[in-house]
Amino acid sequence: FYLTPPQVNSILKANEYSFKVPEFDGKNVSSVLGFDSNQLPANAPIEDRRSAATCLQTRGMLLGVFDGHAGCACAQAVSERLFYYIAVSLLPHETLLEIENAVESGRALLPILQWHKHPNDYFSKEASKLYFNSLRTYWQELIDLNSGETTDVKEALINAFKRLDNDISLEAQVGDPNSFLNYLVLRVAFSGATACVAHVDGVDLHIANTGDSRAMLGVQEEDGSWSAVNLSYDHNAQNEHEVERVKMEHPKSEEKTLVKQDRLLGLLMPFRAFGDVKFKWSIELQKRVVESGPDQLNDNEYTKFIPPNYHTPPYLTAEPEVIHHKLRPQDKFLVLATDGLWETMHRQDVARIVGEYLTGVHHQQPIAVGGYKVTLGQMHGLLTERRARISSVFEDQNAATHLIRHAVGNNEFGTVDHERLSKMLSLPEELARMYRDDITIIVVQFNSHVIGACQNEE
Amino acid sequence: AVGMFLRLLSDVRWRAANPKWRRTTCCRRSTSSTEEPHPISLPAQAHVVICGGGIMGTSVAYHLSKMGWKDIVLLEQGRLAAGTTRFCAGIVSTARHVSIELKMADYSNKLYQQLEQETGVNTGYTKTGSISLAQTQDRLISLKRIASSLNVMGIPCEIITPKQVAQLHPLINIHDLVGAMYVPEDALVSSASVSLALATAASRNGVQIHERTSVSHVSIQKGRVTGVETDRGQIQCQYFVNCAGQWAYELGHSGEEPVNIPLHACEHFYLLTHPLKEPLASNLPTIVDPDGRIYIRNWQGGILSGGFEKNPKPLFTEGRNQLEIQNLQEDWDHFEPLLSALLRRMPDLEALQIMQLVNCPESFTPDMRCIMGESPTVRGYFVLAGMNSAGISYGGGAGKYLAEWMVNGYPSENVWSLDLKRFGALQSSRTFLRHRVMEVMPLMCDLKVPRWDFQTGRQLRTSPLYDRLDAQGARWMEKHGFERVKYFVPPGKDLLDLDQSKTFYKPDWFDIVGSEVKCCKEAVCVIDMSSFTKFEISSTGDQALESLQYLFSNDLDVPVGHVVHTGMLNEKGGYENDCSIARLSKRSFFMISPTDQQVHCWAWLKNRLPDDSNLTMEDVTWKYTALNLIGPRAVDVLSELSYAPMTPQHFPSLFCKEMSVGYANGIRVMSITHTGEPGFMLYIPIEYALHVYNEVMNMGQKYGIRNAGYYALRSLRIEKFFAFWGQDLDAFTTPMECGREFQVKLEKGMQFVGQEALLEQKQKGVYKRFTMFILEDHDTDTDLWPWWGEPIFRNGRYVGKTTSSAYSYSLERHVCLGFVHHFDEKTGEELVVTTDFINQGEYEISIGGQRFQAKAKLYPFSSLFTHRRRKDEVELSGYQRE
Repeated sequence: FYLTPPQVNSILKANEYSFKVPEFDGKNVSSVLGFDSNQLPANAPIEDRRSAATCLQTRGMLLGVFDGHAGCACAQAVSERLFYYIAVSLLPHETLLEIENAVESGRALLPILQWHKHPNDYFSKEASKLYFNSLRTYWQELIDLNSGETTDVKEALINAFKRLDNDISLEAQVGDPNSFLNYLVLRVAFSGATACVAHVDGVDLHIANTGDSRAMLGVQEEDGSWSAVNLSYDHNAQNEHEVERVKMEHPKSEEKTLVKQDRLLGLLMPFRAFGDVKFKWSIELQKRVVESGPDQLNDNEYTKFIPPNYHTPPYLTAEPEVIHHKLRPQDKFLVLATDGLWETMHRQDVARIVGEYLTGVHHQQPIAVGGYKVTLGQMHGLLTERRARISSVFEDQNAATHLIRHAVGNNEFGTVDHERLSKMLSLPEELARMYRDDITIIVVQFNSHVIGACQNEE
Repeated sequence: AVGMFLRLLSDVRWRAANPKWRRTTCCRRSTSSTEEPHPISLPAQAHVVICGGGIMGTSVAYHLSKMGWKDIVLLEQGRLAAGTTRFCAGIVSTARHVSIELKMADYSNKLYQQLEQETGVNTGYTKTGSISLAQTQDRLISLKRIASSLNVMGIPCEIITPKQVAQLHPLINIHDLVGAMYVPEDALVSSASVSLALATAASRNGVQIHERTSVSHVSIQKGRVTGVETDRGQIQCQYFVNCAGQWAYELGHSGEEPVNIPLHACEHFYLLTHPLKEPLASNLPTIVDPDGRIYIRNWQGGILSGGFEKNPKPLFTEGRNQLEIQNLQEDWDHFEPLLSALLRRMPDLEALQIMQLVNCPESFTPDMRCIMGESPTVRGYFVLAGMNSAGISYGGGAGKYLAEWMVNGYPSENVWSLDLKRFGALQSSRTFLRHRVMEVMPLMCDLKVPRWDFQTGRQLRTSPLYDRLDAQGARWMEKHGFERVKYFVPPGKDLLDLDQSKTFYKPDWFDIVGSEVKCCKEAVCVIDMSSFTKFEISSTGDQALESLQYLFSNDLDVPVGHVVHTGMLNEKGGYENDCSIARLSKRSFFMISPTDQQVHCWAWLKNRLPDDSNLTMEDVTWKYTALNLIGPRAVDVLSELSYAPMTPQHFPSLFCKEMSVGYANGIRVMSITHTGEPGFMLYIPIEYALHVYNEVMNMGQKYGIRNAGYYALRSLRIEKFFAFWGQDLDAFTTPMECGREFQVKLEKGMQFVGQEALLEQKQKGVYKRFTMFILEDHDTDTDLWPWWGEPIFRNGRYVGKTTSSAYSYSLERHVCLGFVHHFDEKTGEELVVTTDFINQGEYEISIGGQRFQAKAKLYPFSSLFTHRRRKDEVELSGYQRE
């Protein structure tokens, strides 16, 4: 079984999406030129989600990738809701009042977000009312709390993350008279999702990360080469600080059982996540909710299963770690991606491949024979291969697609090998997950001119 | 696995300064004096200073000293033969398209062959022969044309079958070949050694050679070279020769008075390999595979193979500061298509081990021809450069011609197509050069077909009517940077695209041009001929008339308003220019010359007109738009537009008058058309151009007027036997040899340049004669078309070559123009050519090796002339060159 190059391309491009920040008066005054995003499923259905939106009542743009586990319900809900929570957290008091008044009097609501969605990125219609009510409660509380201080982005991000996770938890505890919705909120709460979200406003870039997706900045050095700067820390067993944090939060007696086989309680890879109430609720609460829940939930072995050594919940939090970065002209792009990408590629290679793709300069290391024994035939083979690699750049109109092509198709020489690519993409569903994870990528391209100008102003 | 370690080693660079293959040991002695840490000081004075110690500089020094010149100094900024010359592939090939290049290569080959014996320096000369392969029938035609040129010059050469190719070379894959050309006497040399051998001989003849001496600029006073400034002091000299190769452009621009030498370097790559298991014989023929864009020669038991890629890499556009030659990198990715072509041609080489990929920049010129001759602006400043990667083939011959030029005032062959003066300042823009050489370099391997136009560097000089004409379907060609119309594609009609239109047979525009010709003959056509060079020469007294009478062969003391066709001759009576001169007033003249005369004619006149402030010459080319109204109804159109009678009674042939046309006044109208057809040339001040054109087209409508182009003009002039300067006429052709005695007034009462030579010719007779040939058994639809340069055979013996050709729509035959010589059957000595000799022969013209019967004529068909002319003045002039 073999896929032809056009078949490969149609698989790779099925989910690609590009957004270019519109120009006003022939000029783009935003620090963001636009973004490319794409997803390649390994699970069926895919458990990753992505979101991108422009804040309409404040400045800035939000982008995020969400890696779901134990189903896609939680990732789906977070992808729909999180940006509203962030946007609301950022809104000034007057705007919140205005919105509340509009809702109260049944007037048209100011739009808060302009979404940039691929046709496959759906929103749940059934839950929208429920989600809206929770959100409204949140902003009513914010109005009551009016501190009079200007909103700090970092704080807003943390609050939004925590609030949404809290709402997910509450909705599941309260339940819903509509049985479909009731089942939905439970599925959302019992599944989990990591989130890696970027907020870009002028030269201020904030990354809020929960879990093991990753944000990486592509920097062009003076000599034109590319390097990578991490803007997030993975929340998993490889992160010492994270292990330390978890241990601090629980009694010493649990030290040995908290992290086993590099997993939280020997079960969960990410150390922070949305949902996953099995790691947050008390055993009593879990039992009560499951028992009173619908039959589907009761029949599910996973939901009924209580993690071993479960003594002092919660073990898991959705609180993000926020990193603030001032953009510089040499910061050319940001890559947000789920761990499916980072498992296969080193960030340095990611920086180079995207950088070369975006600049259109396909710096290949020049070949030199030196004093070594190379035959004409070997050289010819190598050159033909390199040519194929260059032409693969031109096949892609989307940086994220280009990155996926490399992530899946790279051979040991760092060249896209069509045969390999074809094999990887034609794996049957049940095998695919063993060779690769879902991959979701957003590549944000920055506007160096605007960033340079902002920098000079400051 | 290979890929892996190549990637790891990518920072290991090849160092060019390690040429293991340079065989120069025996030459060191000759130049040892200059290799000491403290070189001997430069002389304060010299007759000639040559800048550049490559093959060109050493060849010029060698030939100058051989011809007896003394006090010659050669300066080289680095080491002798260390630039492009050292990296050159060393192939001496005579397979050239242009006859002067072929002669240079032939001479070089013969010179190099005996050079070792003459100098004792081992030059590595090996006669290997060369095989040029054809993958297509068109390529084979192209090779056959070269073969017939080589054969009539006495250079052995044959067209062979693919099987024969396989017998001559064991490694060649012949399955895709249709034939080949074998030149058994082509050779290989070590180019650096040849250069050092020439330097050795020159130094024995007294030439002083100084290495590590760079020229910073050339001193010029009153338009003459007076000396050079170097980093080691100053040398006063009368002559300077710029042989600086790819630095020639910069050197030319380093002084106060710039000398434009339009050339630009491109990277050029070739591959060297280790020997084969069974090393290749050193006499194995060199292979040229133009369809694969590569050449392959044997090299130390292995091969050396390079080529001319489609996407060249120009370099040094901003000057030499960027990189030195030694630091150029190998670029394997760039070489990949050539490597593929090589492995396709010789699949057995797969296992052959690479030694290195050499990056050796070569300089290219805007028209693929080298650059030689004297600067038009600075006397005593000579140039020899821009070899388009054929330096070793041309080196000997080019050096010889330049030396002759300096010593005798003119080389022994017509070198106009190589003359620096064919270019002007307009070809010296770096952007133009960069773009043009990117087109020229791939062209080295492209099929050379008739009527080919460069595509880059266009639309530089245009007529004010350009957009109007373009909108009406004009197709353009370029001459001296000026866009000229070839023909007009009627609405709704499509021609082939550029690549597919390349043909040696009947072209796709045949019927289009035919209908333009028909309109010229039956109604009226308008051709924009603004590109002509136009000078005005005037004086306060009689100085203008007196000077022109001396410089031109015809009598210019004619009544005001007369137009005179005349040659501008050199001392030997040859045409330096062929022009029409109108006497505007007693003291001022308007001179029309061919487009590409702008630089040459200006320099020629400037150098010869007296230095008199009362005599002025102005180049007014840009001030006038020229429209040629050709055809029997031209007279009607013009008289209606001017309310003036234009009939021959009122406006006889060869008259010039300023008059109004439409609303516009001051239009110079001349009753000439450069075709022998009735009509007028209108010289229009440019701001009136659009108005006059519109008026002419509107008024002409009822007479059936239409636009026409130069192809129609060419067909008309050739069927009337009109010679064109630059195509048929050159500095080696006199009016006597082309039937234009009537344009020479030997008894005009005063001396003129060339008079003595013409008088002698008149008494003794001529040694060649311009002749018109009508092809008899040639099928226009299916046979190869003649072009120019086709051999002419009289009674089966070679007597000369054609210089131009065209299809005559009136005669429905092809007409070729060319020169007939009379070679003694036994000695080959040139004899006088008489009218009887011409008339009593049976002629054949050989096109691509196939001979066609031709009828020779010394006078045009009188039936083709429809117009009465002024007494004994038949208009015989035209200026186009295809």
